[in-house]
Amino acid sequence: MFTRRTIVGIAALAAITISLSACSSTATPTASGAADAKTATSVAAFGDMAGLVKAANAEGALNVIALPANWANYGKIIAAFKKKYPKITVNSALPDGSSAEEIKAAVDLAGQNTAPDVFDLGPAVALASTAKFAPYKVSTWDAIPAANKEKTGLWVNDYTGLMSVGYDSKVITTAPKKISDLLGSAYRGKVAINGDPTQAGAAFAAVGLAAIQNGGSATDFQPGIDFFSKLNKAGNFLTVDPTPATIAAGETPVVFDWSYNNLAQAATTPSWKTVVFPGSAYGSYYNQAINKDAPHPAAARLWQEFIYSPTAQNLYLAAGAFPVQIAAMDKAGTTDKAAQATAGKMPSTFVSPTAAETTAAGALLTAKWAAAIGK
Amino acid sequence: MTSDAQSPAVLVAGAGVFPRRRRAAGSRPRRPARRFASWLGLTPFALYVLIFLAIPTVLAVLSGLVDAQGRFTTSALSALFTPEILKTFASSFWVSAVTAIVGAIVGALVCYALLGLRPQGALRSMVDSAASVLAQFGGVMLAFAFIATIGSQGLITLLLQRTLHLNIYANGVWLYDVPGLLLPYIYFQVPLMIITFMPALEGLKPQWAEANATLGGTRRTYWLRIAGPVLAPSFLGSLLLLFANAFSSYATAAALISQGAQIVPLQIRGALISETVLGRSNVAGALALGMIVVMVVLMWAYSALQSRTTRWQR
Repeated sequence: MFTRRTIVGIAALAAITISLSACSSTATPTASGAADAKTATSVAAFGDMAGLVKAANAEGALNVIALPANWANYGKIIAAFKKKYPKITVNSALPDGSSAEEIKAAVDLAGQNTAPDVFDLGPAVALASTAKFAPYKVSTWDAIPAANKEKTGLWVNDYTGLMSVGYDSKVITTAPKKISDLLGSAYRGKVAINGDPTQAGAAFAAVGLAAIQNGGSATDFQPGIDFFSKLNKAGNFLTVDPTPATIAAGETPVVFDWSYNNLAQAATTPSWKTVVFPGSAYGSYYNQAINKDAPHPAAARLWQEFIYSPTAQNLYLAAGAFPVQIAAMDKAGTTDKAAQATAGKMPSTFVSPTAAETTAAGALLTAKWAAAIGK
Repeated sequence: MTSDAQSPAVLVAGAGVFPRRRRAAGSRPRRPARRFASWLGLTPFALYVLIFLAIPTVLAVLSGLVDAQGRFTTSALSALFTPEILKTFASSFWVSAVTAIVGAIVGALVCYALLGLRPQGALRSMVDSAASVLAQFGGVMLAFAFIATIGSQGLITLLLQRTLHLNIYANGVWLYDVPGLLLPYIYFQVPLMIITFMPALEGLKPQWAEANATLGGTRRTYWLRIAGPVLAPSFLGSLLLLFANAFSSYATAAALISQGAQIVPLQIRGALISETVLGRSNVAGALALGMIVVMVVLMWAYSALQSRTTRWQR
């Protein structure tokens, strides 16, 4: 008797699943040109820019994911996009999600009209997920240095920051001049990093910076782990996850984070100061990519065109992030001078680990991090 | 004994009391139809359990046995026995055990104190409703409440510093580490104990105390020989429930601890969503399997204990 009931249950479940997937398949936009948009590799497939805008307007929506409003000015970038294309609704999902969660959402929601259209990914996830991307070359393709893009346009670097230390100048009255200053007693219970380095890119970069500032390199993260272990033993390391709220509340007075995040914090916490230590700098580009199964393929491509337009690139710069086209923009004279003053000058070189180095450092951190910062 | 063996089935059948009474009346011909009806009544619950518990559990466990290409592998399972992961299981056990024991003892004492109040009284119903609300008060809200009160810039922290010159974080901030979980967990464990254990205490009949007194027993013999054995199964049951509650808690810990993924649910999060160490989602499945094994052992211990104690409870 029970087995029969189980079979009935499974049959009911199967029926539900089928009807759900039936729902989602009808939700996929059937606007004219949608089939073309899915495979379009440049604006030429739509005729011209006006054609792309028309196709995107017909779709009427764009799903972005993991774009916090206070991260590299994404709040303003989304607002500017909405203003320029008022017929497109921007749905921003999971603003505090990680890069891995962006890909996970694309897999979990595949075929539904809530799936993400575009990604903004850390390098490790971007390189591991190229099978999920649709190649697309924006109209400013030539302004992007060759080293900053996949040659068919599967992914393209968008902006980078430098790993920096932000601090509340009301609590820490003398600015730290070198990384070892943070080991002093003035920093007892005050120093946090943005996430767990075995999980979050920004935290991973904090350990990377500590490594290169303490005699290590992109291939040798051990000195960075040792530094945080020392920081922890001194009682200075704070294991709370810093957010704009914890910073405003004074709970996290010293934070390792990307320069654009620390610079942006000054808007809400005026006493928040940002330091990039002299010596080797550490940076890492984020990457734009289009979801291969984007429910709004034309809007996704329009977003890419917008991201690589001077408007959005200058908004990155105004937040303190260096946009990938900065050299070309300087040449063309489209760089926003006020934004340039906020961000400072981009260093000619900075350390940025390769995919292989990231994997090796990740394995090292998985084995050693928990023990290094354990009590 | 025979009625014992039957009782679980009757319980599962939902409206279990009625069939038993009617059976006594002996209306035989309608029996199969009635039985069918009672199974039918179970269907929504069974479906619910199947869709939201059984299938996800099986999928999670299976994900621990395949690699990224879908081939069978035991590498994720062997990752369970690395020192780092064993350590997180140990801290999970430690936190769950400490908060369950403290929660159970404090909760039981509160229940005992409540027995002295009028059942319809204002204080009693206030504690009852507060307990039902606070038992569910977990997650980010609870974490925030603790950050706001005893965080390094919290109200109580600063008050203690300014009035008594007592710095609770003199040796570093512990709120965002495993020991920091104890206070928030106990905060929801005690009310949970009150709502689960109170009915058992209320079930103590005054006649038993009177009989004990009539037969020359003392207060000590009453608690040791009568109330103690009668309450033991439900006390231990509540204790196990509290342990399981803490063991599977995620959101509070996730909001407080950001470094090191020191307990098992945080390890699962790390394995699933890490953006720096990729390709460990099957380790999450293996960790889930580990947690399920712990739960199965706990529940088996509970039922073994229950069947032993009910033998002399009747």
